[in-house]
Amino acid sequence: MMLIPCPWCGPRDESEFHYGGQAGVAYPADPAALSDAEWARYLFFRENPKGRFEERWCHSIGCRRWFTMVRDTVTNEIHSVRRPVSA
Amino acid sequence: MAGEELTGTALPETALPGTALPEHPERLWRNPEPKRHYDVVIVGGGGHGLATAYYLAKNHGITNVAVLERGWLAGGNMARNTTIIRSNYLWDESAGIYEHALKLWEGLEEELDYPILFSQRGVLNLAHSLQDVRESVRRVHANRLNGVDAEWLDPGQVKEVCPIVNISPDVRYPVHGATYQPRAGIAKHDYVAWGYARAADAMGVDLIQHCEVTGLDVTDGRVTGVRTTRGTIGAGRVALCAAGHSSVVAGLAGFDLPIQSHPLQALVSELLEPVHPTVVMSNAVHVYVSQAHKGELVMGAGIDSYNGYGQRGAFHIIERQMSAALELFPVFARAHVLRTWGGIVDVTPDASPIVGLTPVDGLYVNCGWGTGGFKATPGVGWCYAHTVAHDEPHPLNAPFSLDRFTTGALVDEHGAAAVAH
Repeated sequence: MMLIPCPWCGPRDESEFHYGGQAGVAYPADPAALSDAEWARYLFFRENPKGRFEERWCHSIGCRRWFTMVRDTVTNEIHSVRRPVSA
Repeated sequence: MAGEELTGTALPETALPGTALPEHPERLWRNPEPKRHYDVVIVGGGGHGLATAYYLAKNHGITNVAVLERGWLAGGNMARNTTIIRSNYLWDESAGIYEHALKLWEGLEEELDYPILFSQRGVLNLAHSLQDVRESVRRVHANRLNGVDAEWLDPGQVKEVCPIVNISPDVRYPVHGATYQPRAGIAKHDYVAWGYARAADAMGVDLIQHCEVTGLDVTDGRVTGVRTTRGTIGAGRVALCAAGHSSVVAGLAGFDLPIQSHPLQALVSELLEPVHPTVVMSNAVHVYVSQAHKGELVMGAGIDSYNGYGQRGAFHIIERQMSAALELFPVFARAHVLRTWGGIVDVTPDASPIVGLTPVDGLYVNCGWGTGGFKATPGVGWCYAHTVAHDEPHPLNAPFSLDRFTTGALVDEHGAAAVAH
């Protein structure tokens, strides 16, 4: 059970969180202009690193806010968490 | 006799009876040094890689083959799965390859001349809501239209097949019935790997362990070999078969896969007298369980939610599946968890595999079997060997191409996968 340091609430059990996969994947600015292959990349392809991964988590049973975490997918060592940057 | 040196195998006349060790049993496969070049290099020495090597030799006469395994043979997901074998998936495409696998399972022990303890004790997939019932009956009909054995059972019939299932209507998610595939069952996963390994080795395939692929050599869009921790090995063709590490090896050749690698845990109980005569799976009350020949309950449930290559997961996942197991099987209340472990499952967006060509000539990929690769082992080996031998998919794996994610021809099997993603 990982102890995940929510940027607002502090360290909480991983069971309080919902996983959101790779961070930093923007919704395409003009989806209609994409080819099938480009749209497929957006829908179905994500990074899958063995090692450091920048990913999103939501503190769904706590403050219910999303944040970004850098974690090692082999050791589960958590390198950093940060609050999302406002657009 | 004094002063005479004792050899390792001689039984000296002066030794006490019973104190000399017997001859070591014959090794099941050789442990050769890798050659500098093979016609085919298979990356990944699990069930799928070994089966592919076997059928390349058996069906296609291609024996100048090496299977490279970074750890010990079949020590990855092949050593960690819950051994359920069935072909009761929904779509025609799935019926094709899973049923082909099941038919091969039915003759496999004889084919390999090796015990695999394949036991066709059936599988029940429980329904716990009206929607479950509708989807289940639909799947039964879909199976039967594809020649796959399938029946719909009401709760009373479920109880006849598996007396220890709790069919009381007074629980939160009562059993409304189940699909039943009589020809489904379990097998001894390690023996399957060893049977394929022994047979492939006997036909001349080199099984190379402790050999991790660290690079793929590609020249003018064609693969020419692999770089490994045991040196560079040239190859006419390279077949990737690395399950949860597929993104890592694909990255070595410069292409991406739509997979995410997650921990999948499983566990066994202590040895119990035979109480559970079949395989039971429940999507809603999420757990699946069988009882192995030796007597242990073998149980699994959903993946850990985050990406992970650590071959371990968190214990609250185990606790939740224990709750589910106790609701369905009150008799298990006094059983103990003996051991838990984890594998790395390569999950695709449609819970269907990717078996076929890649953007690199001479390079093939078999991955994305996610939580359900063991049951397909003989079918995958058969079809993937055909794909490598002919440089084009077998009809049964043609629907599982990498480009289906661009064309939209997904084969969505999340329901039949019966493992929460």
